[in-house]
Amino acid sequence: MSLVNLAAGGEAENPLIPPIPELVIGLIAFVIVFGFLAKKLLPNINKVLEERREAIEGGIEKAEAAQTEAQSVLEQYKAQLAEARHEAARLRQEAQEQGAALIAEMRAEGQRQREEIVAAGHAQIEADRKAAASALRQDVGKLATDLAGKLVGESLEDHARQSRVIDRFLDDLEEKAEATR
Amino acid sequence: MSADPTQVLAFETDCHIFDGCGFADVAPGLHSFLFEPLLGHQDDAVYFNKTMLLALLGSIIIVGFFWAAFAKPKVVPGKLQMVAEAGYDFVRRGVVYETLGKKEGEKYVPLIVSLFFFVWIMNVWSIIPIAQFPVTAIISYPAVLAGIVYVLWVSLTFKRHGFVGAFKNFTGYDKSLGGVLPLSMTIELFSNLIVRPFTHAVRLFANMFAGHTLLLLFTIATWYMLNGIGIAYSAVSFTMVLVMTAFELFIQAVQAYVFVLLTCSFIQGALAEHH
Repeated sequence: MSLVNLAAGGEAENPLIPPIPELVIGLIAFVIVFGFLAKKLLPNINKVLEERREAIEGGIEKAEAAQTEAQSVLEQYKAQLAEARHEAARLRQEAQEQGAALIAEMRAEGQRQREEIVAAGHAQIEADRKAAASALRQDVGKLATDLAGKLVGESLEDHARQSRVIDRFLDDLEEKAEATR
Repeated sequence: MSADPTQVLAFETDCHIFDGCGFADVAPGLHSFLFEPLLGHQDDAVYFNKTMLLALLGSIIIVGFFWAAFAKPKVVPGKLQMVAEAGYDFVRRGVVYETLGKKEGEKYVPLIVSLFFFVWIMNVWSIIPIAQFPVTAIISYPAVLAGIVYVLWVSLTFKRHGFVGAFKNFTGYDKSLGGVLPLSMTIELFSNLIVRPFTHAVRLFANMFAGHTLLLLFTIATWYMLNGIGIAYSAVSFTMVLVMTAFELFIQAVQAYVFVLLTCSFIQGALAEHH
């Protein structure tokens, strides 16, 4: 019915021509919205947003400070640890050196004592040999004179003669030994 | 519709296909956008109709919502405040700061935010049950908003550049154009000062007008074809109602966004140095 009616009644208005009363109501409606938002509500929320931003930034600053502190403490600990390691290494090195020195010293001491003992042994042996040699010489001389006295029938007990003869004999013996060597 | 005050719905409910009733008798048209005034008469100087009621109601809803959210705002926001803040922030950052920058744009944030939510809610009336009419499909409402924006950016241009500078700004004065300069200046002047506000308003109006017409068409067709074999077609039409409703929901937001984006670009043009 409507199209027919509209055509008949000539009511088909151009929809692009704004009815004045609706312009007025539209303006009022928008001014209500704009007035409340611009004068009260948006300034309200802006203030709170600003407060929040500050609170968040404060929190971030605090966190940053804490982090910086933690970092410095960590570095301190690391430095201390490195120092301790270094110290330990130094002590170990020192102990090693001391040990080596001690061993060397003890070895030298041992060497010295051994040489001393050897030398003492040698001296003892030499002395013994000399004593043995002189004892042997006396015994051999005595035996030889006794034997010769018995053979010659003459007592060679006269001490001076006896000693001369023995010495000569022994010297001959030694010379012979030297020659054959 | 306006011709018959007893008519409550947008079409006659007893008209069906195969009943000797043509679709032309119920099809939507320009008359679907005319309402019998609730108070007064269409021809009077003062009257009050459904669209006006929706416009004022929409304003109250917007103010009510933001009042509830922002009247006593908290640094740690509640749910409602968080939603409102998201909407506010979307327009402030996503539209104003993006186009005008924070420094220049801050002053215009309240206007742009108001414009966005006003246009959006007026559009959304289109799919609210019982209301089911986009306020912005009446040219008066987009025209008022576009008019406010027009006055703002034109006066801003004069304030920023002086009379000669504003004239150069409106006409896109550029010496290097040489001989075609008079022609180009005429076209630019016409385009900027006359066509621009018109298209700004009509873009919003026409989108909502067309959207409402489509919704009406499929809704009425669904009812009209609900007779005999027509029920099958009716089902298809009803599916289209659902699809178009979802689509309209999208378009309503997009048109509100486009409206404020254009507003920002006009302000930007007014503030910009002419070359």
